[in-house]
Amino acid sequence: MALERRRKKQKQKAEDVVILDHVSKAYSTGAPALDNVSLRVKKGEFVFIVGDSGSGKSTLIKLLLKELNPTSGTIIVNGQDLGRLRRRKIPKFRRGLGIVFQDFRLLKDRNVYENVAFAQRVIQAPIRDMRKAVPAVLSLVGLAGKYKAKPRELSGGEQQRVALARALVNHPSLILADEPTGNLDPKNTKEIMKLLEDINDRGATIIMVTHNREVVNEMKKRVITMKKGVIVSDEKEGEYLDD
Amino acid sequence: MISTLFYTTKQGIVNIFKNKWFSLASVATISACLFLFGVFYTIILNFQNIVKTAEEGVSITVFFDEGTTEERMAEIKELIAKRAEVRQIDFISADEAWESFKDEYLGEYQDGFTENPLADSANFEIYLNDVSMQGALVTYLESVPNIRQVNRSEVTANTLSGFNLLISYISAGIIVILLAVSVFLISNTVTIGISVRKEEIGIMKYIGATDFFVRAPFVIEGMIIGALGAAIPLTAIYILYAKVVEFLGERFSVLTGIMTFLPIEVVFENLLPISIGIGVGIGFFGSFTTVRRHLKV
Repeated sequence: MALERRRKKQKQKAEDVVILDHVSKAYSTGAPALDNVSLRVKKGEFVFIVGDSGSGKSTLIKLLLKELNPTSGTIIVNGQDLGRLRRRKIPKFRRGLGIVFQDFRLLKDRNVYENVAFAQRVIQAPIRDMRKAVPAVLSLVGLAGKYKAKPRELSGGEQQRVALARALVNHPSLILADEPTGNLDPKNTKEIMKLLEDINDRGATIIMVTHNREVVNEMKKRVITMKKGVIVSDEKEGEYLDD
Repeated sequence: MISTLFYTTKQGIVNIFKNKWFSLASVATISACLFLFGVFYTIILNFQNIVKTAEEGVSITVFFDEGTTEERMAEIKELIAKRAEVRQIDFISADEAWESFKDEYLGEYQDGFTENPLADSANFEIYLNDVSMQGALVTYLESVPNIRQVNRSEVTANTLSGFNLLISYISAGIIVILLAVSVFLISNTVTIGISVRKEEIGIMKYIGATDFFVRAPFVIEGMIIGALGAAIPLTAIYILYAKVVEFLGERFSVLTGIMTFLPIEVVFENLLPISIGIGVGIGFFGSFTTVRRHLKV
């Protein structure tokens, strides 16, 4: 009985891509950014994290990237206890994540192909693998024809698709998207969300921080609402809550 | 690994052209500093050479008691030659001394002498390793039996050794100041150049690039800029040196006997590796440490 319970627990742990256990984060000035937050995200889930400015969403993403360390509590991402992760192991850990930002963060002086290939160069992928993987992911995001274009020659939606392609090219199991539609018009927002949904359908776990009420309400996915560093609601097929 | 090395080297070179204004500013700063350093180094080296040549001409002359045998003179020579201060010791026999005197002072009147009036003037001419040691050696020589007289040039020796010391202190001071200014200016230029690319470094780190992968192109870029910054002043000094030496030779021909300039090859023996070392070293450490500040993402 005890063995069965332990197996069940282990299986559940393996299914959890992200575990936050009583995590708090306080900056040197002001109130805590995160206050005793616990949550689990299962493999293959699509999770929205919503909340006002200062609710702790961005701090949460930074903690998951190990850009910040928590003041207390345990964070496990992709089976890796971030509290025990040494500084020199951070690059390898981040390679298992796909990261998308609101401001795209593309290398401005390199073309679309080079921006996506850069993620492959970082993991020292062989050139011949790169030549297959980059065009494949560019056609997945619908930019195969623009591989030579520089970021400034692309629209906001196209730039975000390049960023998405870069996040996907190494086949990460977890994608962290911080306001990916924040700088996009409704049409491009729709396209990016469609892409993220497709990627999720292929098995990737997605955690997306957003302010966009329509997107959240339309997708009918898990919604975690934060306020002043605390999770105030966690709904399976939730909606963007009003204050 | 090889493709990574190739990629980072290529990126380093590409960065130089991409940030051409920053590259130009860095090369110009390093060039200016190393040019000044090279000019001072060349002047100092030549000064020291002039002083050293003058020093080498300074000698002590030792005369013997009347009737000192040649065997005894040989013994004394052996004793003196063992001294640390002595670079060279020449024996001038009485006949040689008389021949030299005749040629120098008597000219056509020398035929009137049938005997050597300087019969007891056999002597040693002693050349020193360092003129500042003259006093100690003279004291020793005066204590050796059978030595009648020791002639020395005290004024010249003191002046030269003092002058040489002064030049060494001034040159060390100037070189230290120049190096400090170079390091400050260059690291400032590199800092500005890299701060502009802070965002790029951040993106690389988020994607999972190692510190080495982020740093390598910057370091290669810094080293190439440093090497260029050293090559330009070295070329300039190489060309200018010959012209300046030629000009001084023509303009101040009176001083040709005193001023003996070193060949450029001798000057470059140390200047070349030092300048390249400083240029590449500053490029390496400047970019290495400046990038480190932005790696903590």
